Amino acid sequence: MTVGFVMLCHTALDRAAQVARHWASRDCPVVIHVDRRVKRSAYDGLKKALSDMSNIRFSGRHACEWGTWGIVGATQEASAIMLREFPGVRHVYLASGSCLPLRPVEELVAYLDERPRTDFIESVTTEDVGWTIGGLDVERFTLRFPFSWRKHRRLFDGYVRLQRRLHFRRRIPKGIVPHLGSQWWCLTRQTLSAILENPEREEIDRYFRRVWIPDESYFQTMVRQVSAHVESRSLTLSKFDFQGKPHIFYDDHLQLLRRSDCFVARKIWPHANKLYGAFLTPGGAAQTAAEPNPGKIDRLFAKAVERRTKGRSGLYMQSRHPNENWENGRTAMPYSVFEGFAELFENFETWLGKATGARVHGHLFAPGRVQFAGGETIYNGALCDSATMRDYNPTSFLTNLIWNTRGERQCFQFGPDDNQFLKYFMAGDPNAQISVISGGWSVPLFRSNSNFSDIRKEAARLQKIEAEFLAILRSPWVKARVRVWTLAEFVENPMEPLQTIVDEISPRAMRRLTEAPRLADLTGFGQFLQNLRNQGMQPVLMGDFPTGDDPRAPTQRRSRPYLVK
Amino acid sequence: MSQYILRLARKRWRIRALRKRRELRPVVDRTHQIAADDILVFSTLRNERVRLPYFLKYYRGMGVSHFLFVDNDSDDGSREYLASQPDVSIWTTKHSYKRSRFGVDWLNWLQRKYAHGHWTLVVDPDEFFVYPFCDSRPLRALTDWLDASSIKSFSAMLLDMYPKGPFDLMPYREGQDPFEIAPYFDSGNYVIQRNRKYGNLWIQGGPRARMFFHDLPERAPALNKIPLVKWDRDYAYVSSTHMLLPRGLNLVYDEWGGEKASGCLLHAKFLDTFAAKAEEEMQRGQHYANSHEYRAYREGISTQPDLWCKWSEKYINWRQLEILGLMSKGNWA
Repeated sequence: MTVGFVMLCHTALDRAAQVARHWASRDCPVVIHVDRRVKRSAYDGLKKALSDMSNIRFSGRHACEWGTWGIVGATQEASAIMLREFPGVRHVYLASGSCLPLRPVEELVAYLDERPRTDFIESVTTEDVGWTIGGLDVERFTLRFPFSWRKHRRLFDGYVRLQRRLHFRRRIPKGIVPHLGSQWWCLTRQTLSAILENPEREEIDRYFRRVWIPDESYFQTMVRQVSAHVESRSLTLSKFDFQGKPHIFYDDHLQLLRRSDCFVARKIWPHANKLYGAFLTPGGAAQTAAEPNPGKIDRLFAKAVERRTKGRSGLYMQSRHPNENWENGRTAMPYSVFEGFAELFENFETWLGKATGARVHGHLFAPGRVQFAGGETIYNGALCDSATMRDYNPTSFLTNLIWNTRGERQCFQFGPDDNQFLKYFMAGDPNAQISVISGGWSVPLFRSNSNFSDIRKEAARLQKIEAEFLAILRSPWVKARVRVWTLAEFVENPMEPLQTIVDEISPRAMRRLTEAPRLADLTGFGQFLQNLRNQGMQPVLMGDFPTGDDPRAPTQRRSRPYLVK
Repeated sequence: MSQYILRLARKRWRIRALRKRRELRPVVDRTHQIAADDILVFSTLRNERVRLPYFLKYYRGMGVSHFLFVDNDSDDGSREYLASQPDVSIWTTKHSYKRSRFGVDWLNWLQRKYAHGHWTLVVDPDEFFVYPFCDSRPLRALTDWLDASSIKSFSAMLLDMYPKGPFDLMPYREGQDPFEIAPYFDSGNYVIQRNRKYGNLWIQGGPRARMFFHDLPERAPALNKIPLVKWDRDYAYVSSTHMLLPRGLNLVYDEWGGEKASGCLLHAKFLDTFAAKAEEEMQRGQHYANSHEYRAYREGISTQPDLWCKWSEKYINWRQLEILGLMSKGNWA
């Protein structure tokens, strides 16, 4: 017993001829259908090229516009010829002109011989398919589609909408349970002839002529009525992208295709000489009789579709520029923003770097210059430290920095004196961990050697800017991980918040902090705030520092070392 | 309304191209050799003789069938060399490069006449197109895939390549791969804005912005390019290959988070030939924005610039550019 191939061709007829010859010369009869829209001369050329093969037939030509009945009509006619002319055929395999056999045909024959009663056809009820494009699944069977989808898309869509609005429904003939599935099947003689010789075929065909994409539903539905043993999968390896177009195989897929152990693949790029050469030469594949295993190819194409639909988070480039809130991650990786810490602690940056192993920058958005870690003038990805360049497009600057350093946690200082352009961007970014000691900016002012009237003015300015930032951080739409302490709160008990932050940055370390950063000397700070008040400015962000009662710097280095296990 | 204005603009550019065609004089016209589905390269040049052999070899190897050049009054033998090539058609002109909008009008005309229905690649002689899988699939694989996916235009960002050390440290020899000398590029300092009027992205950055324009970033040259287009006689390039009309062709990027397929144009500008070129272009005053770019270069060059820094990436292949996020495979697998 053998298998016969029905081939539907419309382009690259030379390749189709090559494959047909390959099968026919291995005692597998082939019936070829060529789309009527192919030029007469090309068709004659194909016929002539294969005229020496006694087991190749050509069937009557139908025009096969995608989505219409023509393809089913062509398949029916060609299958009928196959069953009539080649009584030795037990399985009929439907293939296209751009299919390529990946395993020797003897292996396919042996495989089918072991399963003489099985019909391989993907056949899924309309409720269960997840892959239909454009939302038409059961409606394929209940609406009318008189307009061409290719040529008159608007009319097509408009007419579908109209029918939906009018609740128009075609009656599905009795006994038909709509099923969908891949167009490429392999059916037994018994099943196929039962479908073709069905006494009600005329009525059924009349119904299916008006169904949308009948090549994906006609046989898939009818097989359920006549077959005893349907194995709902296709023997042809065929993958579709997110628009419903088949993925194409090229020379560089050779190893992948070899390892797939599938019998036939589609669709092959007609100029993939290496693939055609490798799989059509005798003895090209010497493998064990393995089950088809398209897993690797599935993963490859699934990844391609994901790249096309979701993309890489945090990447902005020439062919990915998402609208706001469609970024699928505004930035590539988590990062930490510290406001007020470097002001309150003398050695905060080095300390944080040691405690977390992350990269700790200074004020990246400082006026004058970008303060990269270690005072670098140029940084990862060749970002330069020019403030003008950064301020030209701060969003690109930050997303670039985070993208360029993926794999290494970035921390940077921020403050009311810095460029505030990104405050909304960061607040809305789930990757941002923003920790604020409100009023921290007042510590350098307190310790500065400026005239008090200048200090007062500067304090008022910075307080206003920070208040705005804090207001944003309290908005309901904020997605960043935000923590805010007043200066007073933080000075009271600095270790607990620091531990929380450090744990969040490097969760796996999970060790107690053994060393605290050095707190700036705040003797007289309460009086300083009182002086500001006396000058008519109201410092509110620092929290409650009673005058005279100076916070004692908890210099634990002397008193109580943190527990070391 | 804006649609209507843009349509008028497109008409205007096309009429302008029609007018500018008189400035072109054919040297060798082999366009009768062009077959129906040939991929074509269009280019303008001036005194690029030493670069031409590798340029032709590179694109022939990719599967380009015919080259159409506009020679802007070369006097170094470029014209004669190209005229002797079997797959080249060449036109020459002594007219102003600037007033043909930097060659765009000339090429728009030639494309309108010869490129209708063809995939066309518009590149300068120092631009080398790289696309996903370019090491294993010919250009036709890409254009076939674009056809099958109903995509009409393909983006390829300009990637400035530079050597380590002064530009003239290693002289460029005829026929040599320029990226043996200048294999470095900036991987992650590009800034992007959207141009609302034409719908294209405006990309700036790279070594030129970092070295020559750090005080005037808005003047830094544009790097966004759309060089590969399935041409129709109704299309027109508006400004170099940065943007096109109708503007749907500029939508080479995804706006909903996904990535479309894209490539890169490796830009071999910074070779030892650069200093002489910058000097000449300054004299002629034929470049964009009053040659501001070249002036900035010349000032930079007098101090022997080194574009290389320790974060410079050394070019390996397209996969590296893909991983760095400079180009994308999209859903081509």
